[in-house]
Amino acid sequence: MHDLTPLNALAGDAPANDTIGTLTLTENPELALASVAARKGQERKCKAALKQLLGKPAPGPGKACLRDPEAAFWTGPDQWMVGAPYDTHEDLADQLSKLLGAAASVTEQSDAWVCFDLRGAAMEDAMALLGPLNIQSMKTGDATRTSIHHLGCFVIRRDPSDWVRILGPRSSAGSLHHAIIAAMKSVA
Amino acid sequence: MIIHHPTLGPRDSAEFVYLGDASLINRPDPTAETKAQDFHDYAYLRDNPAGPIRELWFHEGGDRSWLVVTRDTTTHEITAVEFARDVARKQGRSV
Amino acid sequence: MTQPTQKNRLQGGLIDRSEKFKFIFDGKDYFGHPGDTLASALLANNVRLMGRSFKYHRPRGPLTSGSEEPNAMVELRGGNRQEPNTRATTAELYDGLFANSQNRFPSLAFDAMAINDRFSNFLTAGFYYKTFMWPASFWEKIYEPIIRKAAGLGSLSMKADPDVYDKGFLHCDLLIIGAGPSGLIAALTAGRAGARVILADEDFRFGGRLNAETFAVNDGPAQDWIAETLDELRSLPNVRLMKRTTVIGAFDHGIYGAVERVSDHLKTPAPDKPRQVLWRIYTKQSILCAGATERSIAFENNDRPGIMLAGAMRAYANRWAATPAQRIAIFTNNDDGHRTAADMHAQGVEIAAVVDTRPNQPVNLDYEVISGAQVINSKGRLGLTFAELKLADGSSRTLECGALGVSGGWNPNVHLTCHQRGRPTWNEDLAAFVPGGTLPPGMSVAGAANGTLSTHGAFETGQKAANAALRALDLKTSRRKLPEAEDAPLNITPFWYVDGASRAWLDQQNDVTVKDVKLSHQEGFRSVEHLKRYTTLGMATDQGKTSNMGGLAIMAELAGKSIPEVGTTIFRPPYTPTAIGVLAGRMRGKEFHPTRLTPSHKWASEQGAVFVEVGNWMRAQWFPQPGETHWRQSVDREVLATRNSVGVCDVTTLGKVDVQGADAATFLNKIYCNGFAKLAVGKTRYGLMLREDGIAMDDGTAARMAEDHFVVTTTTANAVKVYQHMEFVRQCLFPDLDVQLISTTEAWAQYAVAGPNSRKLLQKIVDPEFDISNDGFPFMACGNITVCGGLRARLFRISFSGELAYEIALPTRYGDALIRKIMDAGAEFDVTAYGTEALGVMRIEKGHAAGNELNGTTTALNLGMGRMVSKAKDSIGSVLSEREGLNEADALMQVGIQPLDPTQKITAGGHLMNADGPVDAAHDQGYVTSAAYSPILERSIGLGFLKDGGNRKGEKMRLVSPVTNLTVEVEIVSAHFVDPEGERLRA
Repeated sequence: MHDLTPLNALAGDAPANDTIGTLTLTENPELALASVAARKGQERKCKAALKQLLGKPAPGPGKACLRDPEAAFWTGPDQWMVGAPYDTHEDLADQLSKLLGAAASVTEQSDAWVCFDLRGAAMEDAMALLGPLNIQSMKTGDATRTSIHHLGCFVIRRDPSDWVRILGPRSSAGSLHHAIIAAMKSVA
Repeated sequence: MIIHHPTLGPRDSAEFVYLGDASLINRPDPTAETKAQDFHDYAYLRDNPAGPIRELWFHEGGDRSWLVVTRDTTTHEITAVEFARDVARKQGRSV
Repeated sequence: MTQPTQKNRLQGGLIDRSEKFKFIFDGKDYFGHPGDTLASALLANNVRLMGRSFKYHRPRGPLTSGSEEPNAMVELRGGNRQEPNTRATTAELYDGLFANSQNRFPSLAFDAMAINDRFSNFLTAGFYYKTFMWPASFWEKIYEPIIRKAAGLGSLSMKADPDVYDKGFLHCDLLIIGAGPSGLIAALTAGRAGARVILADEDFRFGGRLNAETFAVNDGPAQDWIAETLDELRSLPNVRLMKRTTVIGAFDHGIYGAVERVSDHLKTPAPDKPRQVLWRIYTKQSILCAGATERSIAFENNDRPGIMLAGAMRAYANRWAATPAQRIAIFTNNDDGHRTAADMHAQGVEIAAVVDTRPNQPVNLDYEVISGAQVINSKGRLGLTFAELKLADGSSRTLECGALGVSGGWNPNVHLTCHQRGRPTWNEDLAAFVPGGTLPPGMSVAGAANGTLSTHGAFETGQKAANAALRALDLKTSRRKLPEAEDAPLNITPFWYVDGASRAWLDQQNDVTVKDVKLSHQEGFRSVEHLKRYTTLGMATDQGKTSNMGGLAIMAELAGKSIPEVGTTIFRPPYTPTAIGVLAGRMRGKEFHPTRLTPSHKWASEQGAVFVEVGNWMRAQWFPQPGETHWRQSVDREVLATRNSVGVCDVTTLGKVDVQGADAATFLNKIYCNGFAKLAVGKTRYGLMLREDGIAMDDGTAARMAEDHFVVTTTTANAVKVYQHMEFVRQCLFPDLDVQLISTTEAWAQYAVAGPNSRKLLQKIVDPEFDISNDGFPFMACGNITVCGGLRARLFRISFSGELAYEIALPTRYGDALIRKIMDAGAEFDVTAYGTEALGVMRIEKGHAAGNELNGTTTALNLGMGRMVSKAKDSIGSVLSEREGLNEADALMQVGIQPLDPTQKITAGGHLMNADGPVDAAHDQGYVTSAAYSPILERSIGLGFLKDGGNRKGEKMRLVSPVTNLTVEVEIVSAHFVDPEGERLRA
């Protein structure tokens, strides 16, 4: 076992956790991520393997499969992001590579993203201040990439539907956190 | 502007990056006798129509697809949006 | 100060008398009530004089009761919240409001600059163009400061705005712009059908013109109907009501801009709350219910305080229970003016007379109606005292009155229908332009905005427009019985200006008179757009809402054309003045763009690093140590420590792209000019990327981690652009290659460990089962390893500094721990952290090209890499890089440059000239791209491009920079100043 201590994206001693009005924002460092892109001509095989893993068909455009421990969302044509708890799946990319073999290209993405969970009654109002996303039209299980204050982020509407998960570029975690907190204060 | 992405539906053009004339898909044959002239024309010559134009947009803030958007430069009306990859294949591009 | 009296406060109105708001205007105390505007409260307090005009400093009072106001502009609030040019007619009164009139010196009642009025003959249309043409040097130094002082409107606080502004994004099926009778009925119709509706109104009270009238709806007060309607709308979850929200523009594809004034009606915004929000509203359908704006009639001295639009006077009386005077008169060319007389009379205000330009108007038993007459002049130094009439028989008469309500008809607010170059059409019955031609897609117009001025007409067209929108949305339409309401016609006979009037004001904000318009015609300005720019008619902050039509009518008459033939100027957003602050939103100062932090940022901050912005990244520039007072001391130390032992630098910012797939190598062969197909697994290669035109685009390395897996690096600056380019090549040019791309820049923390002791240091970090000796892991090797007892990592033996060097990468979350580990483990070698400056010095010493050399004009040949462009394969840029023009015998080649006198300095940007001969552009030999002080060579060195540079080593030249008066004698040398044979990096 290595002896290096991880640092959260916001570099705090503990994951950030803020409550403003009805809204809470939590930094979630417990997520392992890996991208899966079907190889040419292997699209069916790749989807079949994902179905086996997820217990449901691989999500289509704009959709996520919310499931424990492995979940996935669509990121592009024949491309997905697969997520799982970090403490049990730190080697998620390796596991997926073994599962998918030559059917897909797998790339570790765990530390490319900072993950925030935004929950509460005013969630839609806060999201309306963050970017052009039509959050009202998104239902539980919808996932899409969008721009939040010039940052390319994934937004996944969870269950219950007053909860969104926002994945943003990890190096800009501070800027993204600041933007979300400012929006929460505006609508509180 | 709103671009109707073929699978993701209406999206704000702010999510996209603009490149230019979709004729950039038609990269000439690098082995042709006339390659010098062909590549010159490809790299430098563009039409600048007042009216419909087919142009390339990259969905940077979305699914990272290159799209071919048919837009009227006088009204901004968008009449077609296609995946550039499909357009390229239709035009005979492969490997 | 004596207790103010509200002498001109009437009965009734939509104000809350149970509460008193104190406010201060020009240093005097007054009070008003919730529901008042600053203008209504001032009128109630018998204050008619609210400002001085822009050019002539004439005394002015409010002309209107809304956002179209040209005159009553004040500086609202003080200190860093001082806001100039705020319309008193829309500023909501709050307790403690503080405002000053503007453009007056020293006081509103006595203005020294009013002398301009006496010289008005010199200040006519085109005055500036004619007078200040010569000499040019006078303009900036003399004319402009004087004009600015004399003509300026409000003044800025010159302090930073303390408030925050938000931007927001809303999506709806139907946007309804304006909440008067047509907007309310439309919202009700669409809301009941289940459409997602946004109803926006610029006012702080819904109801539109109904708030200003005494009309009945369904035989009861209109306010009862409004209240019921709002109750129902509030109960519908699919309807969003937005008051204090001005829709400022109609943009492409159903996108509207709107400004919501969240906190403007408060003394200061609540903590952390925005002052205003700029909404971008995405719509499928929209209905413009923006109402109409009344226009004036031009007569001599028609701008005195107390002279206002008749509809505004009625609004002050009915909505705000305020009258500008106790005895008033009306001047009208239509039936609507008579309404004002009737309502004012009902409120107990004395009516001097109604002067109607039309003949044979019915007699009124309560007050005198003078038919076929005109108001031709006015009197009163700081406010109206008398109106002079010309009667139908040509005789004169004087009317004593403290206020005059003028009605010249109503102009539908067509603005938003024209934001996409739509042109309105002329309606004879109204003598006004109405929406016509091509409207913005999805828009329809209802109520007065469409020329339907009656309340019944507003209800009817509002419901009709809503049903049309519902049909377009595939929702169920419904036709309910409309509320009963008045349906009176306007009966207008156009009358624009009194014959012979010259100093008759059209545009009161820019002080444009009838005479100015005539002069402009006389001088040949025939296009309406030219008229506008020459006279400045309609160019002030009100954009001519009350004045443009008058100007057009006069112009048409002079040209012998009809008004529609003359046409209107183009309407452009924003509909009303919009603060820069709300357009900026949160993107101010440091928040203008996101900040990216490297994995070692926390550690580097603890070390006291000086940071530099590189794109969005914050990178350590150097690490000052105790006793170092100049940055050069730090940088020189970092370079020497690295070259003599070992240094470490965070290079995470370089772009990283994962390239996988059976055709990955084929793909790299396309994007790089040099070959990658034969690169062995476990090896890294430098790659140069060209644009299709043969110019260098970016460079980096590609490491072959497996047969079908490469890790490609890009420069920090071009990471985003290169990724786009790679996707373009993949999707658009070679769509059937089996290759997949994804950016991994953020996923891995990457450090360069460089210097003769780098291997020894890394051997303490890398787990022992991985052999990183020179044999086991030679120059340009790469591979997956583990570190610190089993953590997955990647190692690359690549060098930017020219030293024995490695780059080590591991998951980002461990980057902080790793830098600390390296510094601990390296203590025995005096490991030194180095920043971007030392990195830059070392790459110049080594002759490595960077952004300064890959500057968008240079080719592989220029960079000394001409032979790298493979002729054995096709790659992007390979064909055009063979062009004759890029391959001339004396093409620029990268060289090293050093001063003959080692104490002299080289600066980038200077040009190379032959040792003898003229110094001019025609004799230019090349230029310096990068320069640094080399602590190893103890002299200034540079890189640059020189004609035929490959054959000129040893030549003495002059480096000149006419900008900085620099001339240095230099020698052309190899660009590889340090270790030209590359022995160190292979050690």
